[in-house]
Amino acid sequence: MPKSAPTKAPKAAAAAPVRLSVRKTYKLYVGGTFPRSESGRTYLVDGDNVALASRKDARDAVVAARKAQPKWAGATAYNRGQVVYRIAEMVEARRAEFAALGVPAAEVDAAIDRLIWYAGWSDKIAQLAGNANPVAGPFFNISSPEPTGVVGVVAPASLLGLVSVVAPAIVTGNTVVVLAAGPQVAITLAEVLATSDVPGGVVNILTGHAAETAPWLASHDDVNALDLTGVTDPELAAELERTASGTLKRVLRPRGKVDFTADPGLRPMTALLETKTVWHPKGY
Amino acid sequence: MTATATSTGTLRALLHGLPGVDKVGVEARAAALGTRSVKTTAKAKAIDLAIRMVDLTTLEGADTPGKVRALSAKALRPDPADPGCPSVAAVCVYPSMVPTAAAVLAGSGVHVASVATAFPSGQAPLDVKLADTRDAVAAGADEIDMVISRGAFLAGDYAKVFDEIVAVKEACGAAHLKVILETGELGTYDNVRRASWLAMLAGADFIKTSTGKVPVAATLPVTLIMLEAVRDFRAEHGRQVGVKPAGGIRTTKDAIKYLVLINETVGDDWLSPDWFRFGASSLLNDLLMQHTKLTTGHYAGPDYFTLD
Repeated sequence: MPKSAPTKAPKAAAAAPVRLSVRKTYKLYVGGTFPRSESGRTYLVDGDNVALASRKDARDAVVAARKAQPKWAGATAYNRGQVVYRIAEMVEARRAEFAALGVPAAEVDAAIDRLIWYAGWSDKIAQLAGNANPVAGPFFNISSPEPTGVVGVVAPASLLGLVSVVAPAIVTGNTVVVLAAGPQVAITLAEVLATSDVPGGVVNILTGHAAETAPWLASHDDVNALDLTGVTDPELAAELERTASGTLKRVLRPRGKVDFTADPGLRPMTALLETKTVWHPKGY
Repeated sequence: MTATATSTGTLRALLHGLPGVDKVGVEARAAALGTRSVKTTAKAKAIDLAIRMVDLTTLEGADTPGKVRALSAKALRPDPADPGCPSVAAVCVYPSMVPTAAAVLAGSGVHVASVATAFPSGQAPLDVKLADTRDAVAAGADEIDMVISRGAFLAGDYAKVFDEIVAVKEACGAAHLKVILETGELGTYDNVRRASWLAMLAGADFIKTSTGKVPVAATLPVTLIMLEAVRDFRAEHGRQVGVKPAGGIRTTKDAIKYLVLINETVGDDWLSPDWFRFGASSLLNDLLMQHTKLTTGHYAGPDYFTLD
């Protein structure tokens, strides 16, 4: 039906009861479910009610991420690639929703392409980040990349930015706790994740003020790495880096402003990998 | 009282004369008490008390002397990084592991508890159960966790259950006797109340909810009923009996709910490791993580604590 059709409403409609619109509250995404903040707090973003995450929500999200991590890392790279590909398919199906939130079509395209790109890397990154090392003895000496574990991510506001920090972390077998800046877009992406094949807990998304929750992730003993791509305040970033050093976390802090439309290269993936080296006797 | 109530008829009259449990009421009461907020200094005290109340338990077929030694060392000093962290109440093991645990814990004040009487089913002849108990005590256990014959209890043969507890209590000698009711198998709250009274009448020093080997273990409502039973029993007979929920208590939050339940049901007298215990293994690490959070100011992770 053409878009101009609703202007010519039937006369009976005037007497019909007014339908109240059902407005959505944007809730957190933790362990595959959508809870409100345990603090009960919300804040308004562009007229929408959004849950305001507290430090305890961050703690719960880390528990969920830790619980999901071994199984996700244990899935085959091929399987993880398929799951990330599936996210791209589901974003495709929700174009209208992202458009309604003001995300340009070109950015949705770019986000989908980015997901597909990382999905492809899933079973190829080990060939580039790993190695068979020549050693002076009768051994196979093999270095292979392993996921770092639970990654705290302070995400940028845009959809493309969000996808560009989450996808490289999870595709290699990490699980993430994301502090999102653009809450409606991030929670819409969470709805995408919940309806794709991503196991609950692999991606956890908290909305609210990163300056409030990020320090708790930075000091948390059970968070293994911190991605500060979305931190705009250099002082906060420096403080988070200092705090993270207390537990020897890996910290990914890009220099300068990141251009998410550019080719990200392998760094976003390799920064969140650990190298495991195995010595194996050759037997002759 | 205890000496006379030994025939099934007398016991039946007594136990079935107890007031019935209001199922909806007890569940609502337990749920309401579970919502109390315990924070900051009160929380720190609650966590320390809960650590002191833990019966650190390992009851696996795969238990080795090495594992029991490690567990006993952990019982003495749960958090080696923090000298202020108290020891737990006891280590609970199978009889074969009692000498190993006793060797580590001797003279420390941490008790050695042993399950006995054909744990966990209790389906063995009485003389086997008594021999099991005597062996455990001889090996150095100063607390015995016995199971009742649920089969006999459910069949209404109260005298048999009563006599067994009396006999095991005698075999224990100086050791404390904890009687496991296995509430998950008793079916109704009324039966929990009856079994609690039966065990106390027969001479139990503690009544304990579960073996941890059946799907339904300790719950708040069941513990509430048992706390009411020990309170009423003391009012009637002047003897205080302890309570030990076991199985399924894994988080600090859960443990604090139990402490609130004690405080509101039986009061201060039971808020001590002498009268209340948690039968648990994974609970201790969560308590330690919360303890660390309160002392260091940041969240702790399981990687920093031993598995057993």
